[in-house]
This record gives sequence, C-alpha cells and structure tokens, in this order.
Amino acid sequence: MKSYKSARFARLPISFLLHKKTLTTAIVLAVAGAAALLLSVGLGDMRMYPQEVVRAMLGSGAEEHRLVVHTIRLPRILAAFLVGIALAAAGSLLQGIIRNPLASPDIIGITSGASLAAVVFISYLSATVSIVWLPVAAMTGACLTALLIYMLAWRRGVTAIRLVLVGIGINFLLGSATKVLLLKNPAYTSSQAYVWLTGTVYGSDWGMVGMIAPWLAVFIPVAFALARHVNALQLGDDVASGVGSAVQRHRFGLLMISVALAGAAVAVGGAISFVGLIAPHMARKLVGSSFGGMLPISALLGGLIVVIADTISRTAFFTLRYSGRRIYGRRRRAFFHLPALSQSPCVSGNCHASHRDRLAYERRDKTDCISASSRLADHGRSNGFFCLYIL
Amino acid sequence: MERLSASPLFKTVGLALGLVLVAAGLFASMAFGLSTIGLSDIYRAATKYDAASNAQIIVHTARMPRAFTAAAIGACLAVAGALIQGLTRNPLADPSLLGINYGASCLIVFAVTRLSISSLPALTAVSFAGAAIAAIAVYMLGAIGRDGLTPLKIILAGAALSALFSSFTQGMLVLNEQGLSEMMFWLTGSVAGRSLEMLQAVLPVMAAGMIGALWIARHMNVLTMGEHTAQGLGQRTALIKIFAGIIVVALAGSSVAVAGPVGFIGLIVPTLVRPFTGSDYRWIVPYSAVAGALLLLSADIAGRFLIRPEELPVGIMTAIIGTPAFIAIARKGLAQK
Repeated sequence: MKSYKSARFARLPISFLLHKKTLTTAIVLAVAGAAALLLSVGLGDMRMYPQEVVRAMLGSGAEEHRLVVHTIRLPRILAAFLVGIALAAAGSLLQGIIRNPLASPDIIGITSGASLAAVVFISYLSATVSIVWLPVAAMTGACLTALLIYMLAWRRGVTAIRLVLVGIGINFLLGSATKVLLLKNPAYTSSQAYVWLTGTVYGSDWGMVGMIAPWLAVFIPVAFALARHVNALQLGDDVASGVGSAVQRHRFGLLMISVALAGAAVAVGGAISFVGLIAPHMARKLVGSSFGGMLPISALLGGLIVVIADTISRTAFFTLRYSGRRIYGRRRRAFFHLPALSQSPCVSGNCHASHRDRLAYERRDKTDCISASSRLADHGRSNGFFCLYIL
Repeated sequence: MERLSASPLFKTVGLALGLVLVAAGLFASMAFGLSTIGLSDIYRAATKYDAASNAQIIVHTARMPRAFTAAAIGACLAVAGALIQGLTRNPLADPSLLGINYGASCLIVFAVTRLSISSLPALTAVSFAGAAIAAIAVYMLGAIGRDGLTPLKIILAGAALSALFSSFTQGMLVLNEQGLSEMMFWLTGSVAGRSLEMLQAVLPVMAAGMIGALWIARHMNVLTMGEHTAQGLGQRTALIKIFAGIIVVALAGSSVAVAGPVGFIGLIVPTLVRPFTGSDYRWIVPYSAVAGALLLLSADIAGRFLIRPEELPVGIMTAIIGTPAFIAIARKGLAQK
C-alpha cells in the first residue's frame, strides 16, 4: 500500500506527492464544514430546514428567510468560520516554529496585544476617528506586540524557549493593561468589555467577512508555500541549520505570517482563545505533523470548531432562558427599523455605520444585551470544553 | 562584604529590619488612600474604637482588614512561590503562572454561582480542591513527553491551564450577570473590601502552611541538589515532594479564598531575596514571607493612587511589577540551559 499518490503534469514542470490520508481527511472535513455552515444558518430563533437555507442563499425562498440569512446569520457564521481558520493556521505556524504543542497566539500574547490596541482605540480615539479603523488598530497592536516579544527574546539570536517565555510574560502584562483601561473607563458597559476579554463573532456583518478574507487569501497560501521551512524548524535549530535552513530569518518570517493571521482574527472576533491551541493538535493526531498536510487540516478544523462553538452559544441559551418567539418578535422589530441592513455586501463605510446602528439599537434592548453577553460567555466555555476534551 | 552578608547575624538583623518595614507598611496602608488619616486615629481605632469618628470608621471597617489581608496574602503567596520554584527547580514558577490560583478561583466561583455555597469554611475547602486539581493537572501536563518536567513545558502547561480556568470563570460570571468589578476580582485578585472574618477563617490554614514551610525548608535544601543526590543522601523524595505540594496548595488556596488570584508575588519575591539569603531554604522561606508581605502592601498602596479616583486591583499592580521581572529572569536564567 502506498500512502502517497504522485501527481505529474505532462506540460508543466511541476510534480508533487499527495498524502492519501490527508487528502481524504481534508475532503471529509470540507464536507463537514459545509454541512455545519448550512445547519448553523438554519438554527436559531427562527428554525429553517437546510433546503430552505440553500434556497434563501440562492436568493429565492421566503422573504423573511432571506433577510435573516443574508443580513445576520450568514455573515456571522462565515466570519466565525474564517476566524477559526485564521486562528488555527496561526496556531499551527507558532507550534511549528516553537516546537511545542501548547503554544498558540493567545498564550504568547499576540491576541492580548491586539485586544489592548482595540480597547485603546475605542477608549481614546473613537470620538475622533471612524470605527472602520478599529481592525487596523487591532492588527497594529498584534504586530507591535510580536515585534516587542521578538526584540525582548533576542539575545544573539532568538530561541524558541525565550520567545515563548517572553511571550507569556507580555501576555500577562498586556492583559493587565487591558483590564486597567476597562476599569478606568466607566463608559464601558461590561458586555462591551467582555468582547475584548473573551471574544465573540456576535454582530459580524459582511464588512467584517470582507475584512478578514483577504488576509486569509494571502497568508495561508504563503504559509503553505513555506511548509518545508516549518518542517525544518520542527527538527530543532541545530538540525534545521544543518539541512540548510536560515533559522533566524525563517523563524521571523513565519512568526510575522502567524501574527498577521492572528491579528486579522482578533480584529473580527476579539480574544477567542484555545482554537489556535487545539486545532493544530487535532490535525496532528489525524494526519501527522508534516506541516504541508497539517496546515489545511488544522485550518478546516479551526473553522469547524468556531462555527460549532458559536452555534451552540447562539442557540443553547435562548431556549434555556427566553421563549424564542419573544426574542424573535423583538429582533424583527429591530431589523425592520433599519432598512439599510437588508442590502447585501456593501461598501465598507456604509456597512460599518449600519452595523454600529444595529448594535446601538440592540443595546437598548435589555434582553438582547443579556443574551449577547451570555453568548460571549459561552464562547469561552465551549472552546474551553473542547480544550478539556483534547487534553 | 561577602562574608558579612553570609553571616547568620547579618541575616537575622535583615529579617528584623524587614519586620519593622512590614509594620511601617501596615501603618502606611491604613494611613494613605482617598483620605489621609493620622497616626493617632489609627492607634485609637485599634485600641478604643469610637464609631462616631469618620476616620476611625474608615480604618476599622476598610483599611485595617485590607492592610492585614494584604500582608498575609503577600507572605503566603511568596512562600508558596519559593517552595514551588524549589519543587520544579524552575526560577519561573509561581502559583498564578502555573494556574494554581486560577484553578482555585474557578472552583470558588463555581461553588458560589452554581451550588450557592456561601459559608467561609466551605469556600476555603473548595478553594483548596481547586488549587489541588490545578496543581496536579499542571504537573501531569508538564511531565508528558520524554524529557520530563522542563521549565518551558511546565510554564506552557500553566499558561494554558490559567487561560482555561479563567475562561470558565468568566463564563460563569457572565451567565450570572455579574458586574465588571466582580469579574475583575475573580480574574485578577484584590484585597479591597475584604472583612477581617474572611481572613480569620483561613488564618489557621495559613499559619499551618507557614510552619510546614519552615519545617520542610531543610528538606528542600536537599531536594534542590537534584532527585538522585537527594535519594543518595537518604531522602524519601516522593514524600517530601508531596508534602511540599500540599503546603503550596494550602498557602495558595487560602490566599485565593480571601483575595482572588493575585499573581506574580511568588515569582518576584524569592528571586529578590536570593541575593540576601543564598540558596538556603531555611532563610529563603522567612525572608520570602516578610518581603512578600511588604511587596503586596506597597503594591496595594500604589494601586490606590495610580488611576484616581478609581483603584487598581492589587492583582493588576503585581502583574505590572512582575512582568518585567519575569522577562528578565526568562532572558537570563534560562539562557544558560
């Protein structure tokens, strides 16, 4: 039994080996991901059958269904999926270069850097600068943090151990700084604060999806192309330089790719933790630790995990606490007040304005506020449960 | 100079000086804050309390419990840190970094919100259980793999578990619709607003833990020479490790029951006192206790002034002080390995 299948082209000067098990796993996961998306779109205050979901996505079906699918659920779920992919890919990269399965962007401080920058932005700049720049602030925060960690860990070169230890320290510091800001600004309601402490994709719209997608489209292929360098680094610094890898340069480059992915994810979803930790771990169990195969599997798993976690948190607490009908009534009222929302992908500025309006409107609605915060809570928790399951 | 600083007399004098400083710190903690209170009022509040005087009420109900709590917590956490550093032979170990504090606070929050437990002794027991679960989990997680308990692995395991426990804590608090300040308390720790009864409930455990730490100190000296040497010298290392672990859990658990997961004290203090004490645990333990009390008292006082009129929880203050220390140790201490 050969476990690899070779692919050669008659015309092109390219050939490569495909790991059969990785290929089948990837296909299974992709199908599972698509199914989870469809199911997740159908679940919630308003139940829809998968065929209704498909019809609504394609633009036919009931008006109500189309509105809910296009303006609320689909962008949110897609955002969740993309955030999961980005976090998992970032985590895989980090675990590869640090050579430890417990490393992930939220543990070595990159996530908290992005969170801090976002909170600073909201506290001090949101009066003067448009909220559209928030993701940029989060990205900048992530990059600055990564550079700071890298510089502090530099001592005639950077070793994986120092990188991770300095990262953990910085993580604590930035986490504390975020908490100081949250305490200092009484304007913060706690539910807003939780976004930056726990993370959520609540209220994501097409603008957010459009914001994270390009980062994924650029950096995941780049990471994939650099897979052989990650494989070399996984062998340890000595062996890696022995096989001709420019260890320091590659480590820096891969770290920056990981930061870009994690930063984009945080900009959209806040500090969602554990996905970057577990997804690569699960992927390694499934297909082994060769990075070229592990990356896509891990990314798909990450997307799947966040979508499932988000679906659970979105649905479980409604049925538990409030009757669905009442919430739905409130919801519908909220949406019909804001006609701008029913438009599909819009130009960024307009879109964010409407997003803000919707949030502002829903904030006034006490029930929605509570359910929003309980969703946030569950995010941390369901991710936590996943982690427990793995450990 | 080397000679002098190594002599027992010098060390005893140093310890006495430290105690004097702690006493001064206690007074300062009662005197300074939003309103400054004179020494005479503090003295009278302690001896013949007059409920008609505003200043005395402040001292009696708020500042005195707070000062004593800070001192006790600081001492306990510092000693727990010293022991855990010896136990893991890792200069970066600390009850909060290894997730022990967060495990305890997570279980307390669970007991309060889900099981509606509110009696202090019960909560203290719950806190120990949480600390013990976290300690065992970190140990097991860190020991997986061929090379055993490396500093990196145990720190990473601790960081992962801290993150896990604090996200559980957050989840439970948000579901119960608790405010931001309550949330901060269980996530970072604080000594504000604690009553003396709370401290009294855990004081016996703290005292027992301290005595245990002093007793185990000389065994720790043997243990830090390395597992094999210690066994060769006739020490039952497994037993000593288990005892030391229990003491750490008792000290950390009782601290968390009163003040939440205050971090980094156990990391900084033993590192700070080592230049004075050398590596002899019989000196490190008492010095850590004194220095820990002093550090937490001063961190708490400083936290009252940094973002006036709000107050910084002491847990955030210690993280702000502790992180640079952590990074410095990480750069220096582990570079040689």
